[in-house]
This record gives sequence, structure tokens and C-alpha cells, in this order.
Amino acid sequence: MSGHSEPFITKYLFSHDHKMISRQFLITGTIMAFIGMIMSLLFRLQLAWPGESFSILNVFLGDKWAPGGVLDPNMYLALVTIHGTIMVFFLLTAGLSGTFANLLIPLQIGARDMASGFLNMLSYWFFFGSSVVMIASLFVESGPAAGGWTVYPPLSAVPEAMPGSGAGMTLWLVSMSLFIISSLLGGLNYIVTIINLRTKGMNMTRLPLTVWALFVTAIIGVLSFPVLFAAALLLIFDRSFGTSFYLSDIYIAGEALDRTGGSPLLYHHLFWFLGHPEVYIIILPAFGIASEVISCNARKPIFGYRAMIGSILAIGFLSFIVWGHHMYVSGMNPFIGSVFVFTTLLIAIPSAVKAFNYLTTLWKGSIRFTPAMMFAIAMVSTFITGGVTGIILADAALDINLHDTYFVVAHFHIVMGLSAVMAMFAGVYHWFPKMWGRMLNKKLGYLHFWITFICAYGVFFPQHFQGLAGVPRRYYTYSEFPLFDGLQDISILVTLFAIVGGLAQFIFAFNFVYSMFRGPRAPQNPWGANSLEWTTPVEHIHGNWVGDLPVVHRWAYDYSKPGKEHDFVPQTVPLEEGEVDGEGH
Amino acid sequence: MASFLIFLVIVLGIAAIVQVIRVFEISNFLQGEDGISVSPRETNSLRISLVLFVAGFFAFFIYLWVAYKQYFLPESASEHGAAIDTLLNFNFLIITIVFVITHILLAYFSYRYANTVSPKATFVTHNNKLELIWTSAPAVVLAIIIIYGLTTWNSAMLDTPDDSINIELYARQFDWTARYAGEDNVLGKSNYLMISATNPLGIINETKLKERLSEMDAEAAELEASRAEVYPGGKTDMEILDKIALKKKQKGRLEQMYAQGENEDYSVADDDILTKVEFHIPVGKPVNFQIRSQDVIHSAFMPHFRAQMNAVPGMITNFYFTPIITTDEMRKKVGDPNFNYLLLCNKICGTAHYNMQMNIIVESEADYQKWLSEQKKFFVAGTN
Ligand code: HEM
Ligand SMILES: [Cu+2]
Ligand SMILES: [Cu+2]
Repeated sequence: MSGHSEPFITKYLFSHDHKMISRQFLITGTIMAFIGMIMSLLFRLQLAWPGESFSILNVFLGDKWAPGGVLDPNMYLALVTIHGTIMVFFLLTAGLSGTFANLLIPLQIGARDMASGFLNMLSYWFFFGSSVVMIASLFVESGPAAGGWTVYPPLSAVPEAMPGSGAGMTLWLVSMSLFIISSLLGGLNYIVTIINLRTKGMNMTRLPLTVWALFVTAIIGVLSFPVLFAAALLLIFDRSFGTSFYLSDIYIAGEALDRTGGSPLLYHHLFWFLGHPEVYIIILPAFGIASEVISCNARKPIFGYRAMIGSILAIGFLSFIVWGHHMYVSGMNPFIGSVFVFTTLLIAIPSAVKAFNYLTTLWKGSIRFTPAMMFAIAMVSTFITGGVTGIILADAALDINLHDTYFVVAHFHIVMGLSAVMAMFAGVYHWFPKMWGRMLNKKLGYLHFWITFICAYGVFFPQHFQGLAGVPRRYYTYSEFPLFDGLQDISILVTLFAIVGGLAQFIFAFNFVYSMFRGPRAPQNPWGANSLEWTTPVEHIHGNWVGDLPVVHRWAYDYSKPGKEHDFVPQTVPLEEGEVDGEGH
Repeated sequence: MASFLIFLVIVLGIAAIVQVIRVFEISNFLQGEDGISVSPRETNSLRISLVLFVAGFFAFFIYLWVAYKQYFLPESASEHGAAIDTLLNFNFLIITIVFVITHILLAYFSYRYANTVSPKATFVTHNNKLELIWTSAPAVVLAIIIIYGLTTWNSAMLDTPDDSINIELYARQFDWTARYAGEDNVLGKSNYLMISATNPLGIINETKLKERLSEMDAEAAELEASRAEVYPGGKTDMEILDKIALKKKQKGRLEQMYAQGENEDYSVADDDILTKVEFHIPVGKPVNFQIRSQDVIHSAFMPHFRAQMNAVPGMITNFYFTPIITTDEMRKKVGDPNFNYLLLCNKICGTAHYNMQMNIIVESEADYQKWLSEQKKFFVAGTN
């Protein structure tokens, strides 16, 4: 199969090969991320210097949305909305899971490919279609969806409520529907593959934590995305077929609508039933990547492998019963709020266990600071910094005053956005040689790392302080409130960090593209890692292994095991007489 | 011309990048290494940089705290808010400790166990005792946080006192209206079908209801008349017909409501008072805010009182609190004679979401009564 050359179309476009699909996800996700990032820079300009004219705004948005270079308030909301949607779904869900689940699941479990290459291909193309529709929605006459990434009805349901709730919102829903299909096709495939296609000897308790994390992620996705689909469907009905699932007693644009009996709270529940698991869909793969990269580069087994699996499972389960913490002041019964306080704070326990285990993996290690390792360490830092503020928000009494302020923006960007982005970078730096057969440039990697890490905190950390001053999020300008004048400096600081951090991503883009073609050729196992992906040929072949599939004899974390010749023992090396595998007991 | 310039800039940009790459390649910056091995020099500078980073991060934290503490919300102007602030401080203390300790460990381990100073790793897979400790320690701390937090939450949210003053906060794109219940302390009923230019909150009393019913007839007749100007049976005509049908249906619903509400005392609405721009509340008395929305979700956010509740179309939500510091006292405390308590909208609601505000004046009971007596009753104001 490997020898003869394949036509371009089946090799690069409609490929069934998981390695190619992984690269497709990575590149599409990255392009979307750049679009999302540029959007954020555009609205940050307005936030730092409200009402100021910037010709760059006019260049990007034209006379309609930035007349005279001043951002239009509706466009501000649209940018915030599409930025959020792109980053949460297109980059950190599809881009992250799509890339690493596709690359790593078959390679790390010892399978020739995904269970269904065809569905896998469909999953990518639905994602691609969904991206195209989302981008197309930017060019709609009345503007793209602008009701926030959560698109709460009635704002999103009634076209009269804002310009973005017209055709732009319709396209948003179409795009998200395609997206959900993509993610279901992908997720089912990942689950089936992990359950059925593990090679001989690869028991569940020998799986690398990346695979465990991607496995639980896929399960969460398959259970929660259908609920978002239902929510979107009902919203489509309300918008287009006159139903009243979410609408009741609305008087807008001089008319009393013919809608009664629905409830906007129904949408809240349905949305966050996905929405909260969604944040774990984003963070679990990041955990998986961090575990792998940290253990390999500390040259030491991941600390508490079983505890890590336990906490992944616990987080996966608990993530389904905490959604109400987004609804403390939504009008939901305060007693139900109490229940969600309890469940939400419970989830902090497995999260804390994970953080401690990362720290102890470093302890007594022999750390090699590759760029991937730097990003993984950064991920541990951001997860802690962002996670601890979750404890504050989880307390409903405190959330009363912090809900929808910049404190929340700081919390979720750091815990979810930064952690997942740092882990994604770690993953790309670590597995680039596996993906493209070449090495990324290390010096550019360090440069990229430091600017990104410093600017990331520079952007989001100060936002806590705006939140504590009561500054609401999603405001086009704060100049109507003299109360907040003193905090304008923070907005400017944040925007400056955002610009520098944004520019640094071009270093990464350059390194990526350059190294793809001209980087030094990768050796078989550049990092001295144990897992199976490093036993496949550097040049990709269909079926991954020449000849028989490898047989697994041990867990993936035998680093610096006493009495061994090297500081790593690949999973394919048989156990010696009397040698204990894994954590041993 | 402009697009030509942009094109030129792009071309020049690409040319510049290609040149830079060449320079890099010649200087071996891009090619002189294998991309794998990390030299001891690099390792040492990285482990030191990580320590400096964490130190810098702490400094940044302290700087922000010191520089911006003055802008944090002043002490709570409501009774329940004081408990919330204590809870916040307690939680902050705990998470700051966790944040600082874990970051010190992160920096220290990175520094101490870099492969230049720790050439060999120790093979440790797990430690049940340690793991038990760091599972149960957070569990205990969290149990305290949960219990403490829930007590505060319940006391803030449950059991609105019977003697509260009832005030409605009514949101629409893009302003707020406050409605006082008048002497009887009962807010009159309302219905969105009652909303008209002269009755923006859709409040019901007997006269207003009848007025609205005939108004609806007039509106239907007006629509009927407008059909003369459009092509009969065409698209616009059909739309108008739909609107007429809806008008009739909605009128039927109002009539039905009227019929069913025979025993309803609509006169409780007669003494209701509406205010815009600002509203007053007396210090030391519980105020029960009943929150409604005309169109989309808004949120009544009164940060100085540690109060927030969404305004949701189709339902009435509520939040009560007891103000304990008057506006005058707070002005002295914050040292700003122009300070005002604010009501803001804190749920994205459309174009002008960023500017939906009302001032809240907290004053003595006597001043409050005086102010209230100067306000016109809505139906008196509205009907003349
Ligand atoms: C340590 C455990 C965590 C707790 C207790 C927690 C708690 C909370 C709470 C209560 C809110 C709602 C705040 C509000 O809207 O007023 C919130 C918002 C959010 N959290 Fe967390 N969180 C935790 C970890 C995470 C993680 C791990 C992620 C992502 C990976 C995450 C992502 C988010 C997001 C995206 C939002 C905001 C959504 C929005 O309103 O737009 N959180 N968190
Ligand atoms: Cu959540
Ligand atoms: Cu509003």
C-alpha cells in the first residue's frame, strides 16, 4: 500500500488516513484561530481607546462597520461573539481534539487507523463546511451573530432585537449544526477505536494518559453535543417557524409578538448542559498532552497514573452536574443554585489532584526544557491560576456580584483558554516531528514561548481587578460611567499586551511553515519517549507500521527506571524476569 | 488606489520576510541546530528565567493590587453585602495561599530539578499517603467553603421579609424604569399586550384596559385601511391581513383575561408611580425588587449593594436587600461629592447595552417620603 503514489485528491483532500486528517484539523483550526485573534485585537483597540479612529479598523471592516475608523457598537458585539465562538469551538474543540485525537489515538494504541476512516474524513469535512459557513456569516449585509457566544434568546431569536440576529444568526446556527455533526462523527470514531483497536498487550491500564483524556473527552462530547443540537434546533424553530420554546410575552420594535408560554431559562439549561461539559471537552485533551509532555521531559513517570485516570473520570462525570453555576442569577430558583454550588465545588477536588500530580512529577525529575516542556509548565501555571478563581465564582453568594464582570472573563480565559492553548502549543512542538517528519526551530520556539506566556498573563490577569471593581463584560465602551474612569489604564495595558502577544504568534506561524519544508529531518524518536507513536516510520505510511503491529509489554511511563540501560523503556520492550509493570503494588 | 497600496505593502512584506529568512539561514540561526538537544547553557538560562518569571508575576500581582485597590467597590451598602464581602475575603485568602505555594513549588522544582543540576531522575510512580493528603486536604477546605458559602447565599436569597417595600425594575432596550407600588405597597398587574405609547410597562387598571381594547380596534381598522394602498392578495396585503388577525387574537386574549379576572382588584395599580433616570430608597428598610423585561434578557446589576438578578421576558424575578449606607454617607466615605449608586444592565441585550443605567439614591426615611410624595401617580400623569 505504501509504495505507489496516490492522486492528490485522495492523498491530501479526501484522505481517510488519520495522520493526514489530523494535519487538516490542525491547519484549519490554526487559520480559524488567527481570524479569531485578529478579531480580538480589533475590539481591544476600541476598549483601550474608545471612540478613537483607527484606519486599520476601517481597512478590515469597511465604512459600514467602522465609519471613519471608529468601531460600530453592533460590530463590536459581533466581533466579541464570533471571536468567542471560534476560539471555544473551532480552535479548542475541533482544532485541539481533532488534531491530537486523530494523530495520537491510532498511533498510541497501536492501530493501523481509525475504526472508520470514512467517517473520520466526513468529520473533517463537516468541520471544514462549518468553518466556511461561520466565516461566510461575517459578510452578511446585516452583520454576523452578535448576541454573545452563548446566543441567549430572545436576543438571538428575534431578528428585530439587533442586526446580528437576522441572517447572521441563521448562518451561525447552520454552522454550529454542521459543527456538532462533525464532532459526533469524530467522537464516536474515537471511542470505538479506543475500545476495539488496541494492539496486543495494550490494556486500558497501560494506555498513555493522552489516550485516556481523549477517550473521556469523546464520551463527554457524544453525550452533551446532542443537547446543544436540540437547543439549536428549538432556536431555529422559534426563529423560523413561529414556535415559542424560548419566547413569551415579548413586546419589541413597537409590536407585541404572538408568542406565549416559552421560557428563556429552558435555553439556559440546554445550552449549559453542553456548555459546561464543553469546557472540559477543551481542558481534558490539554491535560492529556501536558501529562505526556511533562513526564517525558522530566524523564520521570507521571506521578499517580491511576489517580490521574481516576480524576479524569471523576471530572468527566461531575462536569455533567454543574451547569447551573452559570445560572445563579438567571432567575433560577436559589435553592437549586445551592445544589450547584455543592457539585461545582466538588469538581475542584479532582482538579486539585491533577495539579498536585503535575507538580510532583517535576519533583526529583531531570528536566529537559524543550519548547514543548516550557509550554506544558506554563499550562500547569495557568490551570492553577485560573482554577482557583473558579472556587470564588462557584460560591453563588460571590457570583451575585461577579457574574458577567471581567472577573469571569479573566477566570475562563486563564483556566480554559490559556491552559488549552498552552497545551496545544506543547503538543504541536512535541509531535511536530511525528506530524511532518521534521523538527521545529527551538530558538524561535523559546522566543515564541516567552512572549506568549508573558503577554497571556499580561492580558488576562489584570482583568480580575476590573472585575473586582464591578466592570461588566461585553460593554462597547465604559465612557458612560465615570465610576470606571480610573480603570481605563488597565484596558490600555491589556490591549498593549494583546497586540504584542498577537504579533508573537506570527513567529510561531513562520516557524511552523518554514520547518514544515526546511526544518532538520526528525530522527525516529527525538525525545526518547516510550509510547508507540515513536516506533512508526518517520515518513508516513498507510497502516502506520511496516509488517506486524507492535506488541505492548508495559505502561508508557518507564522513565529512569532503575537498572535499565537508557532513561526510557519503550512500551514494546518485554518485561524482565521479576520486573513489575506500571505503578506496581 | 488604496487597494493598490495594500497590495504593494503585502508584496514588500513578503519580500522582506524572505530576506530575513536568508539572513537567518546564513547566520545559522535556523539551521545550526537539530531542534532536539537543549544545551546546558540554555537549560540554565531557562530555569533561572522561570524563577524570575514567577517572581515577576508575584510583583505584578502586588502592583495591580496596590495600584487598583482604590477602585474596588467600596464597602457594601447593603446589609447582606457585608457577609458577602467577608466571604470573598476568606475565599481570597485561601486561593491566594494556594496560588502562591503552588507557583513557588513550580518555580522551585523547575529550578532544582533541571537536568543540568539533577542529571538523574528518581523513579517514583506514586505515593498513596501523599495522594490521600492532597485529596482530603482540599476536600476539607472545600467543605468549609461550601458550608460557609451556602449559609451566606441562603441568607441573601431566601425569605424576602414581609415588610419590604415593593419596587419594580422594568428593563427594555435600552433603559430602565422603576415602579413604586404606592400607599398600598401592592404593584398593579401588568400584561405585555397592554403596552402602548402611553403605557410603556403595560400596567392594567379598569379604565386603561378598556382604553386599550378600543385602541386595538382602532389599530386593526388602521391596518385595514392601509390595505387600500397595496395590491390586493399580494405579499404585502397578506402580511397586513396576518397583522390584523393577530391584533384580533390578542384583543380576544385581553378580553378573556378581563372576563376571567372578575374578582381582580385592578385599582391597586392606581397609585403606582414610575420614575426614570433615578430612583430613591430609604435607608434601613428592606426593598424587594421585582424585575421584569419587555423584550430580551437584561440584568439588574447594583454592584454597590452586591445585588444582581436577570430581567427575563415572560417571568418576574426578584431580589431584595436592605440598604444601610445613604448616598450622602457614601459620598463622604469615598471622598467623591458626585458619587452615585448605580443600576446597570449586565446581560448583553443589544446595541446600546453599554449604556443602560439609573442612579440610585439612598436617603433617610423622611427624605424618601418627601421625594415620593412629589412624584406623580402614573395613571394621573398618564391620563391627563
Ligand atoms: C476549578 C474548578 C472550576 C470552578 C469551580 C469553576 C466555576 C465557574 C463558575 C461558577 C462560572 C460562572 C461564573 C459566572 O458566569 O458568573 C464559571 C465560568 C466559566 N468557567 Fe469555570 N470553573 C472551574 C474550572 C473551569 C475550567 C477547568 C474551565 C475550562 C476548561 C472553565 C471554564 C469556564 C468558562 C468558559 C466560563 C464562562 C462562561 C461564560 O459565562 O461565558 N472553568 N466557572
Ligand atoms: Cu461551567
Ligand atoms: Cu440591557
